[in-house]
Amino acid sequence: MREFRFERPGTVADAVRRPAPGTAFLAGGTTLVDLMKLEVMTPARVLDINRLPLRGIDQTRDGLRIGALERMRDVAAHDLVRRRYPMLAQALEASASGQLRNMASIGGNLLQRTRCGYFRDVSVPCNKRAPGSGCPAIEGENRMHAVLGASDACVATHPSDLAVALVALDATVRLRSRAGTRDVALRDFHLLPGTTPEREHDLRPGELVTDVIVPDLGWASRSVYVKIRDRQSYEFALASAAVAVRRDGDTIAEARVAVGGMGTRPWRLPAVEAALAGRPAAEASYTAAAEHATDGVRPLRHNAFKPALMRRTLVRALLELERIR
Amino acid sequence: MTESYGISRRELLGRSGTVAAVAATVPLAVADTAPARATTGEVGVRMTVNGSVTPLTVDPRETLLDVLRERLHLTGTKKGCDRGQCGACTVHVDGERVVSCLTLAATLGGSRVTTIEGLARGDRLHPLQQAFIDHDGFQCGFCTSGQIMSAAAVLADGRARTDDEVREQMSGNLCRCGAYPGIVAAIQQARKEAS
Ligand SMILES: Cc1cc2nc3c(=O)[nH]c(=O)nc-3n(C[C@H](O)[C@H](O)[C@H](O)COP(=O)(O)OP(=O)(O)OC[C@H]3O[C@@H](n4cnc5c(N)ncnc54)[C@H](O)[C@@H]3O)c2cc1C
Ligand code: SF4
Ligand code: FES
Ligand code: FES
Repeated sequence: MREFRFERPGTVADAVRRPAPGTAFLAGGTTLVDLMKLEVMTPARVLDINRLPLRGIDQTRDGLRIGALERMRDVAAHDLVRRRYPMLAQALEASASGQLRNMASIGGNLLQRTRCGYFRDVSVPCNKRAPGSGCPAIEGENRMHAVLGASDACVATHPSDLAVALVALDATVRLRSRAGTRDVALRDFHLLPGTTPEREHDLRPGELVTDVIVPDLGWASRSVYVKIRDRQSYEFALASAAVAVRRDGDTIAEARVAVGGMGTRPWRLPAVEAALAGRPAAEASYTAAAEHATDGVRPLRHNAFKPALMRRTLVRALLELERIR
Repeated sequence: MTESYGISRRELLGRSGTVAAVAATVPLAVADTAPARATTGEVGVRMTVNGSVTPLTVDPRETLLDVLRERLHLTGTKKGCDRGQCGACTVHVDGERVVSCLTLAATLGGSRVTTIEGLARGDRLHPLQQAFIDHDGFQCGFCTSGQIMSAAAVLADGRARTDDEVREQMSGNLCRCGAYPGIVAAIQQARKEAS
């Protein structure tokens, strides 16, 4: 690990006062410390933000507010989250391990880096880590990589499960810098790789995530998160689906659909939502709508299985939803 | 590794470990100071380890795992992957299980740390330790202290009841020897004894 200056700001104002380049915030450290050991991330200054008052899970005028430093375990266990947004609790409980969920924060989860093996290995090129050096994944080992939203520069998936469920719920992130506070829709927060895969999100230098806001959505109390992986537990998604449906009798009135393991960012599927609306709540409708999940996919050599897996995961999630009263 | 040299396996490992650590830190320190960079500055932390107040001065790069093993000589906590992936280094911080390899010691001022060495009460094994022996919950034993620390947190949490729930809650602890059936049986025994 490279040397760095360690600071522990006592207030949010202190934490954002000097947005020097090469500064990293330390929350749970489950991404940052790992990548600092690998020298993939080499901040010159590390600000331990764990003393900041970015905590609490409560109902506000804008919806459910979750402090950025709340731990994955505590959010998944919270009564309001479990009752109103079961897909959020399920996405969190299907993530990482018990130890890591105790450590990892909600803010850090949204900002975690890709698990692409080339990104994590400083001895090989990678456009995301070393812009312009090339992308060995395109011709190399790419079974876990993205089939949606990729570019010629980068095909890495965004690994967060939580972000998939949050994007389905139209969540926003609240950001704080020296210049003040702003809210950004999570859907716009993560960026497509394009020609600049090193830019992963709309966070300005020195800007802090302070809260995540989940708007009220009464019918999200009927929602599920289904995650398909190489082993039953403690593994990143090959495919995942976050779905919520509002029914009007036997008809689907509205739906929210987002998928993980597929895209270079958490992937909302408006075309599937539109295809579900107004249809009978039955398997035939789900199968037909799921066809739209893979509009525009570009499979790579090792992940040609992903589009079909995606469609089936989506149908399974919709069927599971039927069983919830 | 025989006793006839008058040295235990632990002492031998401890000594050779120290030699290796010294040998490894010298070139590292040189490499780190070569590029012009802000100096790190040491950080004072006072944590309570297994009940004893332990004031330390740490390099901000030091993980809790390295501090436990190399500075406090609490070698019961194992280093498997050093990447947060295997669970061998699991300890409790303020009563919650964490992986010590991804925890920077500098962040732990005022924290209470419990390692496998702090689990037994005097000579009386913790019920989980006894249960792991009763059920052959290990082969080589490398993952075992992490398994037991993790299991202690799972039992305290109280949500896992069925074998499948135990497996799910314990999935962050890998066992290369595949002692999983014994591990699950041991945890179930300790759970039933406690209830
Ligand atoms: C073995 C393993 C398995 C995993 N499996 C899964 C999985 O299945 N699903 C899943 O979703 N995730 C998984 N993860 C990832 C894990 O969820 C993330 O590492 C974790 O959520 C990051 O949170 P943290 O608080 O530890 O972040 P940190 O490591 O502290 O920070 C991560 C990044 O975010 C920045 N940051 C943190 N907080 C803020 C803030 N408030 N404002 C601005 N910047 C901030 C940091 O500077 C850093 O760049 C896994 C991780 C490991 C190690
Ligand atoms: S897919 Fe992206 S992260 Fe992986 S090697 Fe290519 S550029 Fe790097
Ligand atoms: S050594 Fe810490 S998780 Fe493997
Ligand atoms: S007993 Fe050998 S790794 Fe688990």
